[in-house]
Amino acid sequence: MDAILLQILNGLDKGSAYALIALGLTLIFGTLGVVNFAHGALFMLGAFCAVTLQRLLSLSFETIDETKTDFLGNPLKVKTPYVEGWFGPEVGGAIIDWAVPLSILVAIPIMIGIGFAMERGLIKHFYKRPHADQILVTFGLAIVLQEVIKYFFGANPIQTPPPDALLGVVNLGSWLGLDLPYPIWRLVYFLFAIVVIGGVFSFLQFTTFGMVVRAGMADRETVGLLGIDIDRRFTIMFGLAAAVAGLAGVMYGPIVAPNYHMGMDFLVLSFVVVVVGGMGSLPGAVLAGFMLGILESFASTTWATTTLPGINQIIIYLVAIIVLLTRPRGLMGRKGVMEE
Amino acid sequence: MLGLNSKDTMLLIVVAFLALAAPFLLNPFPTNSSLAQFNAGYPDLMQRFAIFGIFAIGFNILFGLTGYLSFGHAAFLGVGSYAAVWMFKLLSYNVIPAIILAVIVAGLFSVLIGYVSLRRSGIYFSILTLAFAQMSFALAYSVLSNPKFNLTNGETGLQVYGDDPQILHREGLPDVPHLFGWAMRDNFLELEVAGWEFTFNNGYYLCAVILLVVFYLAIRLFRSPFGLMLRAVKSNQQRLNYTGLNPKPYTLAAFIISGMYAGLAGGLLAAMDPLAGAERMQWTASGEVVLMTILGGAGTLIGPVLGAGFIKYFENIFSKINDNVLHQWFAFLPDGMEDFMVFIVHPFVGKGWHLTLGILFMLVVTFLPGGLVEGGQRIARLFRRRGKKTDTPDPEHHPKETPHVAE
Amino acid sequence: MSKYNVTRRGALKTGAAAGAGLALPTIFTASSAHAFTNEPTGSTVTLGFNVPQSGPYADEGADELRAQQLAVEHLNGEGDGGMLNTFSSKALDGTGILGKKVTFVTGDTQTKSDAARASAKSMIEKDGAIMVNGGSSSGVAVAVQGLCQEAGIIFMAGLTHANDTTGKDRKANGFRHFFNAYMSGAALAPVLANAYGKERRAYHLTADYNWGWTQQESIQASTEALGWETVENVLTPLASTDFSSYIAPVLNSGADVLVLNHYGGNMVNSLTNAVQFGLRDKMVNGKQFEIVVPLYSELMAAGAGENIKGVLGSMNWNWQLTDEGSKAFVKSFGEKYGRPPSNSAHTCYAQVLLYADAVARAGSFAPCAVVEALEGFEFDGLGNGPTLYRAEDHQCFKDVLVVKGAENPTNEYDTLEVVEVTPRAQVEYPPNHPMFGGDEASLGECNDGA
Repeated sequence: MDAILLQILNGLDKGSAYALIALGLTLIFGTLGVVNFAHGALFMLGAFCAVTLQRLLSLSFETIDETKTDFLGNPLKVKTPYVEGWFGPEVGGAIIDWAVPLSILVAIPIMIGIGFAMERGLIKHFYKRPHADQILVTFGLAIVLQEVIKYFFGANPIQTPPPDALLGVVNLGSWLGLDLPYPIWRLVYFLFAIVVIGGVFSFLQFTTFGMVVRAGMADRETVGLLGIDIDRRFTIMFGLAAAVAGLAGVMYGPIVAPNYHMGMDFLVLSFVVVVVGGMGSLPGAVLAGFMLGILESFASTTWATTTLPGINQIIIYLVAIIVLLTRPRGLMGRKGVMEE
Repeated sequence: MLGLNSKDTMLLIVVAFLALAAPFLLNPFPTNSSLAQFNAGYPDLMQRFAIFGIFAIGFNILFGLTGYLSFGHAAFLGVGSYAAVWMFKLLSYNVIPAIILAVIVAGLFSVLIGYVSLRRSGIYFSILTLAFAQMSFALAYSVLSNPKFNLTNGETGLQVYGDDPQILHREGLPDVPHLFGWAMRDNFLELEVAGWEFTFNNGYYLCAVILLVVFYLAIRLFRSPFGLMLRAVKSNQQRLNYTGLNPKPYTLAAFIISGMYAGLAGGLLAAMDPLAGAERMQWTASGEVVLMTILGGAGTLIGPVLGAGFIKYFENIFSKINDNVLHQWFAFLPDGMEDFMVFIVHPFVGKGWHLTLGILFMLVVTFLPGGLVEGGQRIARLFRRRGKKTDTPDPEHHPKETPHVAE
Repeated sequence: MSKYNVTRRGALKTGAAAGAGLALPTIFTASSAHAFTNEPTGSTVTLGFNVPQSGPYADEGADELRAQQLAVEHLNGEGDGGMLNTFSSKALDGTGILGKKVTFVTGDTQTKSDAARASAKSMIEKDGAIMVNGGSSSGVAVAVQGLCQEAGIIFMAGLTHANDTTGKDRKANGFRHFFNAYMSGAALAPVLANAYGKERRAYHLTADYNWGWTQQESIQASTEALGWETVENVLTPLASTDFSSYIAPVLNSGADVLVLNHYGGNMVNSLTNAVQFGLRDKMVNGKQFEIVVPLYSELMAAGAGENIKGVLGSMNWNWQLTDEGSKAFVKSFGEKYGRPPSNSAHTCYAQVLLYADAVARAGSFAPCAVVEALEGFEFDGLGNGPTLYRAEDHQCFKDVLVVKGAENPTNEYDTLEVVEVTPRAQVEYPPNHPMFGGDEASLGECNDGA
């Protein structure tokens, strides 16, 4: 029982990342009709916003400590972060400690900016082009973005730890008489995902802007004929989708140390998620994200792998095949979207 | 000639010339010059050009004609390689049975995957093929290489060991892949002319001849009624249904043919170098052939071959340019300038070869919507316009834009 | 005027070539002109450095490349000479190898067997490399070793830890300086038993591919020999990034030690996840829960950050060693690049020197002569104490380091501290050990190629 609940929690956690990325992909796809292979790279850029902020906050001045030596036998240079110098070790240390949550504030404008730049500078020219061209150009962009990150940050993973206060484990089930120790940060991530997903849905549901966008997703031409500048709104949607992916990346850093190819690792999976959910359906993407996350967790248990060796390696693809063969347009897909 | 119209005959002759003279054409720089770095005329890379050309031609039969974008084609290549290496292990190092089995196994595999995947279209089809290929990769990498049932030898790759049966192997035959005693990795001729060196490799010429054969078959297929039917599938499947035709057998046939091309490429890869690694089936490998085809010009005959050459050239040549080489190039500059130039170029070569490739993808697809073929045509038109004004665009070489979804 | 020199397997091709309109070319073929593959004929000799430059191990490859470049400088008599000064064999004099200046070419293995072979082939076919050195994975090492055997050049593996490289896949033209999984187990087990007691229940998470399996097998065998019990061995896909669903079952398994048979990014993530789940603060069976990472590298330690504090593991070499060879190497590497070398960098550097020295002692670049010079070669002064290149399997035998994550690192490179230097005798094994292919494993014949 405990074990099953734990795996459900793990699944929800993995599912959160899948759902957030898939949500952005579907937004871009549904509004702009563009297959964005650079979406994984946006997720990665988000994580590196946190890395960069952490590095900036830890920028240090050097003092020489004569009592110690470095690896070459020279006197050791001790580094003290500027923020600790300015605000004192207590406050300064706390600021550095909270670098990841603070990055949310930085990442939102940066990611929206990147989204705008991408849409206006590149994607715009590909609306009328075949999907194959869109794939090629966004894939090229994804490679460029990840290579640039690799150039500056290297290929090795970089730790972005959560604040000390959110570091440990909380026992969720103590009031139920269950033993359910779970890392606090993973719970934070899950709640964060719920908030972001809820925010995006209510934005689309309850604002005029959202209404127009939804109308545009359903029938772009008619909305255009009504004299509404749908393009500008779609640009904003692209920025929003980029921000969602970026935030997913920022908060994911403490779970899995960011590296330059983490976007590619997620790219294929998130496409599978989107398609299983059904092209063009936002609830479908979210549902499929959580569903595949949970199934993946269960497939990793010893029970599953001893029954069917290798099931943990293929579960997502197996489920995708079964879903697509039984439900032609995924779980909640619309007819006629991306079927030609 | 050979049942081709004059234009296609010309194309075939040009390709034949390029393929057969490749050892000269790809080695334009003297061996000791600082530009020798850019020479690509060594056996391994020439073989890869031809093999991935075959792979891309096959992929284009499916994607270029029917518009079905398979994201799992590398699985057929991988399966072909495994089949070929198993032939080496069980029978002998002769490449003929290995290549034949590779094509057959890949064909069977594609019947299976094609039959299931073609029940869906568009991106749903792409994801189905991707899922099958990724499953094949994951299983080949781990589960299918466990000590009890070692089908793939996992991470290391399937190889031939000394204690393998090789029941048809006899004394006197080379202990490497060969064609009736003609070892694939031997060179039948090495020429040194002034400062140039040219290598004529047995394996490469086998690949080149096979490339020409399958290229010819592809032309015939493109121009056949069957090819026309496939184009009809691409342009409007619904209309095709209304006329009472069932497009499914046609697309399935195209899928299988293209799977067999991939299997042939896989078999040849193993024949040139008897090792089959699981990474050949990974999604990045499937993505690579998609990129080759689009980059070169999907739906054109020569485009995929150009795209394949382009990507393989970058992977093998640009990745080897290190700082030492850069310093040699810019040695003629004053010291400060030299370091500056090295500093500027450094991120784009050697370990940065991916970056250059990514930038080129973006540039080509942005400015040359028809791929490299369109680039070639523009240049040709430029010259022709200077001469005469007889410019008749060839419909095949201008793939139509397909409408996109939000319209 | 032009020389005209026809020596070939058939006049036909010569005729064809001449017919192709080449005016008086100099024609020859490899078999008659060279005694062995890529025999250096000019004033230089080319070495091939094949390391991962893209993909997850790119940083490790970059460090290997730095070390190899340094070794070439030292061979050519530039720089301070590094370990050439401490090396027990004095056949090298800083004038290159056999009087030929050393040059090198580099390639990208991408940590894929296919790409690594393509890259090695281009070095052999295009650049005329006489040996290939480096790499960061056992799969790649075995694949490239096989290629070099067929082509008839020497291969020296970089970081490869699986038993198979010098076990069932050993080759006459291939050599490994790095230690292996068996040695890790043999060195680590006594330290573990000492530190954590002999009654421990271990839970293994193992990367699901060849290296992971051989390491798991080795660690399980050596810990069980000392009384430990193995509760469970779970295989994890190489592509995993989030290990939570593998870590969670450990909590209630009754195990009190977690062994992570992971490398690189896999290990960074699995360890980080294990720490997240509070495993290190847990008490099980009345004992403190412990985590073990049998194979460490500096980059993994850097990637795992705080999480590795106190976690035990093993290494081939570490820059904090205080013997003369290590000190000389760290000094010359540190002064050139501003950072201490990693253990894979050390291996790659040492191998370039060992190769050059073997050529000098043999007086020939011919692979078979080099093989003969290296087989059974005893040396010292390259950082690991007295070392033997065993003739039967081309594996180096030397002391193995047991290390743990530093509790109070004083700088960013001080991530690991040496706990024990396990003497060579303790990690030795017979060449026909069952984990190394048993009696069937054989080097085969050395191959001069051409």
